[in-house]
Amino acid sequence: MLSFIVFFPLLGIAIIALLPRERERDSKWVAAATAFVVLVAAVGLFVAFDRDQTGFQFVQSHTWISGDIAHFDIQYLLGVDGLSMAMLVLTALLGLVAVLISWNIDLRPKEYFAWLLLLEMSLLGVFTALDFLLFFIFWEIELIPMYFLISIWGTGRKVYSAWKYVFFTFFGSAFMLVGLLVLGFAAGTFDIRLLSQMEIHDALVPTHVLFFLLIFGFAIKLPVFPFHTWLPDAHTDAPTAVSVMLAGVLLKMGGYGMLRICLSILPDVARDAAVWLAIFGVVNILYGALVTLVQTDLKRLIAYSSISHMGYVLLGLSALGQVGLTGAGMQMFTHGVITGLLFVMVGLVYERAHTRQIGELSGLAHQMPMVAVVMVIAGLASLGLPSMAGFVSEVMIFLGTFGKHGALTILGVIGILLTAGYILWMIQRVFLGESMPRWEGLGDATAWWERTAMIAMVAVIFLVGIYPAVVADIIETGVEPIVGRLA
Amino acid sequence: MDELASVDRLGPELILLAFAGIIVLTDLVVQRRWLVVGSSLLAVAGSLIWTGTLLARDMRGSAFDGLLVVDNFSLFFAFLLAGIAAVVILASIDYSERFSRYQAEYYALILTSAAGMMLLAATVDLIAIFIVLELTGISLYILVAFLKDIRSSEAGLKYLLLGAMSTAVTLYGMALLFGLSGSTSLDDIAKVVAAANDDTRAAVVLAMVFLVAGLGFKMAVVPFQMWVPDVYEGAPTPITAYLSVGSKAAGFAVVMRIFFEAFGDRSISSDWSNMFAAVAAISMTVGNVVAITQTNIKRMLGYSSIAQAGYLVVGLAAISSAEGGFSLGASGVMFFLVAYAFTNLGAFVAIIAISNRINSDEIGDYAGMARRAPLLALGLTLCLVSLTGIPPTAGFIAKVYIFNAAVQSDLVWLVIVGVLNSVVSAYYYLRVVLQMFLEAPASEERVSAGPSLGLAMAIASGGILFIGILPFLLLEVSETAARTFGG
Repeated sequence: MLSFIVFFPLLGIAIIALLPRERERDSKWVAAATAFVVLVAAVGLFVAFDRDQTGFQFVQSHTWISGDIAHFDIQYLLGVDGLSMAMLVLTALLGLVAVLISWNIDLRPKEYFAWLLLLEMSLLGVFTALDFLLFFIFWEIELIPMYFLISIWGTGRKVYSAWKYVFFTFFGSAFMLVGLLVLGFAAGTFDIRLLSQMEIHDALVPTHVLFFLLIFGFAIKLPVFPFHTWLPDAHTDAPTAVSVMLAGVLLKMGGYGMLRICLSILPDVARDAAVWLAIFGVVNILYGALVTLVQTDLKRLIAYSSISHMGYVLLGLSALGQVGLTGAGMQMFTHGVITGLLFVMVGLVYERAHTRQIGELSGLAHQMPMVAVVMVIAGLASLGLPSMAGFVSEVMIFLGTFGKHGALTILGVIGILLTAGYILWMIQRVFLGESMPRWEGLGDATAWWERTAMIAMVAVIFLVGIYPAVVADIIETGVEPIVGRLA
Repeated sequence: MDELASVDRLGPELILLAFAGIIVLTDLVVQRRWLVVGSSLLAVAGSLIWTGTLLARDMRGSAFDGLLVVDNFSLFFAFLLAGIAAVVILASIDYSERFSRYQAEYYALILTSAAGMMLLAATVDLIAIFIVLELTGISLYILVAFLKDIRSSEAGLKYLLLGAMSTAVTLYGMALLFGLSGSTSLDDIAKVVAAANDDTRAAVVLAMVFLVAGLGFKMAVVPFQMWVPDVYEGAPTPITAYLSVGSKAAGFAVVMRIFFEAFGDRSISSDWSNMFAAVAAISMTVGNVVAITQTNIKRMLGYSSIAQAGYLVVGLAAISSAEGGFSLGASGVMFFLVAYAFTNLGAFVAIIAISNRINSDEIGDYAGMARRAPLLALGLTLCLVSLTGIPPTAGFIAKVYIFNAAVQSDLVWLVIVGVLNSVVSAYYYLRVVLQMFLEAPASEERVSAGPSLGLAMAIASGGILFIGILPFLLLEVSETAARTFGG
């Protein structure tokens, strides 16, 4: 079943590749159908997931590569625990949304949707792979579709941004590869299940260095200040759908990797590093939020807010406890949906107004009430209003960390105020205020694909906000063994 | 009876040499291009089949009183090099029209050099090694100058002069060894090396250095790479491809044979391991950094081949202290050579096809090639992605495998140099991809490959993906072959 979910997008790609040129506009239907099937299957798995059981479920394991001289054994090993289950559903949801909001893509649509599906495949693979090398392979595959998607279908300095994205990621993963090989040699296996039951004290490099090698790639991806500079560029210049995937799912690869690899395989070092995680988390929160305040470009604003929000994830991880880690997992899920939705809305505005400069926009609620309402919902969720998804995760993170890093947590809470500031200010400037004659002719979001995408995400935001257990429980089962290791 | 078996073991090479003679002689009477091409392909096929039967009949053993040996290692290279020759011949069919009257000589020389290269992996006696080195070298000097224009002649002359110098250095090293041991057989030399005392040790090390310097020319590693860019640029493109994979593979074969067999003793192997580690680090770095500034794609691939040789030398440096000693790095080198052969041949085939039409090797002229030749551009992209080492390609597995061997030999620093170099290399490899997919084409005229180049491209792309996704077959084969060197 997991293999089906992960590799089903390849079928879509094959069909798209076989479409004759004159029917290339149909590729979006193929992509949508593919993404829909993946979503249905992922939700089915989510329902079938046994929440009373920790550990990995739906495991599929085959020997893939086995070299006995070099102890070079890679297993084809897929499985999900609560944490990866949540990420899997998130990826499938945003994968469909990304296809829907790309409905108007006219430029080389065959290639576009094929790359988008390949991206989805690699992300699904990252979240389900339980062999470290397999994980790394999916992690690397993701680079190529991103490179093409940003540099061909992006806007502005798209080529530069695509480069920057690829380089930062590749640079980080280079270190990860070294760490992975050293780890694999020390442990004699790449099986993450076994690795996270072992005590690794003896490797070719000190375990602290090993921890650094491994976390570096994840830190770039999350991103952690000062390795965040790729993010605003890539987000701003990417097409809307790619921004959605980038903010919604790709950043989570960083947080997921830290949890799955760094914290659970090297818990001893993680305990030493916890305070650094907290410091970097708070710096991220505050720096991100402050920079967000001065942004004049709508998309860049959301991009910087992501840096701030990923700081919460880092802070939650630094707690090393049940509540904090669950909060971090929740924050990854909710931020994925909320920021995904924010990028969708910004994309809709840009598609109509052809500008993202906040200074030029005003009173758009008059022309596009529906977009405005959804934007307000997403904004409020993002600043953590109770009854919406963002609230739950932030509360859990602060509760989890306060006992451990009191002063830092208090500093972090300031971030909430700043978030409220930039979100509300942005909404006020763009959607409220005087209606401008220049924007008189703009229409609301009326197309079915726009509405489907919006409604689906708003529904998830409220569902998780009102009944957080639906996701929180499942994440909790996922982090439980990790917490056990860290205790 | 014994002589007959010896001849039998030499069969694969004899076929090539015999056909080379026949082709040149027939050409005096009938000049038909298809005849020449057909018979040279037939020769390679015959050679491959004969090698296959040697394997099937289990004819492993030594021949001609220990000049030559047929073992898993030499069989591996016989298959590899004959395969390379076949692809080079396929790639030459369209190109060789430029040589008008001298086509027969061209193909005959490819066959003789292929025979020489195959023998390089099989000879175990210094005299024999020297003779086949010359056989290979002289054939290639002529082939490089075959275009007879200024650049090609310059390249040929340069290759000849530097080649002669390197041969002299090699010979000097061999002479030292002979002086020490009184024998030209690698087996006898190994015994003397193992028994070396402090007096003779210096001479052994000196001989080793000379051999590395002389054979480094064939492998094209820094600092013996000076000839590479000019020769690669000036030579006929199929010959450039041939040099970059065939000659390099043969160079590595003979180096492995000499160092693992003659210098295999523990007392000395750590010395040359360090030397190779240094060569590897410098080669990777110089090759990659200089490649960045290249504007001519053949020159760029020249520097890239220096960098790739650096990755390969990592495998030579990787001598494990554990059981199995050399076979760890050796199987890494062999796996990498096959992956690299498919990848680089694919890249050159695409370049030949494209430059046949646009008459330029400038990267700038590849603009918009994705529109003019979608399949070729996709194939070239696959090759470049594989050279960068991004999954799911052969290049990725090869790199991980060879780095894994290095980690197990406690060469973590070298692996870090290697992975950082991969990041650098992404810049110039992907720049070509960028040109092809992003820039506007200079004209809309279609560029097509023709059947023979198309077939070569299909073989290369298929190989890249096959090894990338299902590497275990090749892994098993190269490990079996590597066990020849128990160490």
